[in-house]
Amino acid sequence: MTGVATMPADTGSLLEARLVSRRYGHHIGCEDVSFTLWPGEVLGIVGESGSGKSTLLRCLAGLDRPTAGTVAFRTGDCMTDIFAIPEQERRALMRTAWGIVHQNPRDGLRMSVSAGGNVAERLVDGGERHYGRIRAAASEWLTRVEIDRARMDEPPSRFSGGMQQRLQIARVLVSGPRLVFMDEPTGGLDVSVQARLLDLLRALVRDLGLAAVIVTHDLAVARLLTDRLIVMKSGRVVETGLTDQVLDDPQHAYTQLLTSAVLAA
Amino acid sequence: MTGQIPSGDAMPTVNYAYLDEQTKRMIRRALLKAVAVPGYQVPFGSREMPLARGWGTGGIQVTASIIGPDDKLKVIDQGSDDTTNAVSIRRFFARVANVETTEATGEATIIQTRHRVPEHPLTAGQILVYQVPQPEPLRKLEPSELETRKMHAWAEYGLMHVRLYEDIARFGHVATTYSYPVLVNGRHVMSPSPIPKFDNPKMGQSPALQLFGAGREKRIYAIPPWTEVKSLDFEDRPFEVQRWDEPCALCGAADSYLDEVIIDDAGGHMFVCSDSHYCEERRKAGHAGAMLATSTGGKLAASNGGDR
Repeated sequence: MTGVATMPADTGSLLEARLVSRRYGHHIGCEDVSFTLWPGEVLGIVGESGSGKSTLLRCLAGLDRPTAGTVAFRTGDCMTDIFAIPEQERRALMRTAWGIVHQNPRDGLRMSVSAGGNVAERLVDGGERHYGRIRAAASEWLTRVEIDRARMDEPPSRFSGGMQQRLQIARVLVSGPRLVFMDEPTGGLDVSVQARLLDLLRALVRDLGLAAVIVTHDLAVARLLTDRLIVMKSGRVVETGLTDQVLDDPQHAYTQLLTSAVLAA
Repeated sequence: MTGQIPSGDAMPTVNYAYLDEQTKRMIRRALLKAVAVPGYQVPFGSREMPLARGWGTGGIQVTASIIGPDDKLKVIDQGSDDTTNAVSIRRFFARVANVETTEATGEATIIQTRHRVPEHPLTAGQILVYQVPQPEPLRKLEPSELETRKMHAWAEYGLMHVRLYEDIARFGHVATTYSYPVLVNGRHVMSPSPIPKFDNPKMGQSPALQLFGAGREKRIYAIPPWTEVKSLDFEDRPFEVQRWDEPCALCGAADSYLDEVIIDDAGGHMFVCSDSHYCEERRKAGHAGAMLATSTGGKLAASNGGDR
């Protein structure tokens, strides 16, 4: 922790991670991860289960404080160290500047609140107090993520896994964030639903010019959605590069193992 | 501790107003803090009282710490002076605090209430003590106390509007009729205790001091006199109170909160004032509702309040 909340940034980057480490006691969650994310860029984090992908994502998204290192996010002309500012400001950023799509929809949705209400929450958090406008925006976003408007007032507990995942995406995007974190967005979905969700994600990211950090163990997802890849193993970054380059010409032994382990359909 | 059993003429006595003086000081300090920060829930060390938690122990402890021999106490339960809870609490304070009790809203200096604000306008110098079962307005939406405290600390009250949104989306209007959340002094969202939302407008800019005690949840909060209290709403769906199609069947009042009373097994019903003292005063003043003239109405009038 430097104690300095903001630093001048002339590079135009959106998110900068510097030597981010998180340990659970003696156990390493992730260690010394550094990278820079640019506006509109989609970054993939791949690696096997337990390689620290989700731990890293939680640190980047402000959910967990790193044991060491800094995470800086662009606010205006400055880069703000999100763990050096008060929790109140960090929570405000988490509600407006970025969003998180959780692996398990139950972590990202309020299961007892209707689909429309879930989308409405980010808007009222942002100060919107006009029912008609909230309703219209929620309805529009549900349509964009291909959820039937007739099911707007049903609780997500009655939705299928794919719909819950799409609802999470609508809930996050309605407030117009610049960055979205996704933790295994296609986890637990069957292949055809996965394909539609990926189509949707690709279209949304392209249309909105969003930056995204996507954690996945599925290399096909990574190839389809991401511009750049970080390969993790045992909490450390073993290889980074453009997605095509990493997947087609892996340099590190572990990446080679990972890419060769994919089953050909 | 001599182990002697007191003889008949030296019966053990409790301290004035039941609570010991240290406890009263502790509660008064909490009350001062609550008044200083309107709507903020102040934790306090809730004591064991001679009735079960959930029966008004918070209100009783607040009343016990502010009451003196010169006070005149009124206790109401759902607006009525005559229900078991109201009668017991009134008798309790008549015994342990040696105070005069009254049913007249205008005469009382302290009014302990469960779930109603009296119809008779309150005046400066009066204190209204509410019994509160659940002081946290966000609890139904956010089960974590750690999280709700943060939400209060940083005025992150979006979630409350999600609740209102849900009501409108499901029922077409805000279906919450009691315990309707309010914003106090432009800062803290507060539960008004389970009073009907009909009473919410009476809380704002009231000349009386309003104190809230939640015994089981160990919280005290307050609204000082002349404080702004705003019921939460949407810009295009303003806050509204309940209305009835007919006036009180006994006193003809069209401006009071009415209870629906079933009077036979053939679907017959009547609407009567929930505030029994207000209804009585109006009848004494010569007002008569539709059912007062009939014989059934007369019988009901005699037992009004006691049957609820």
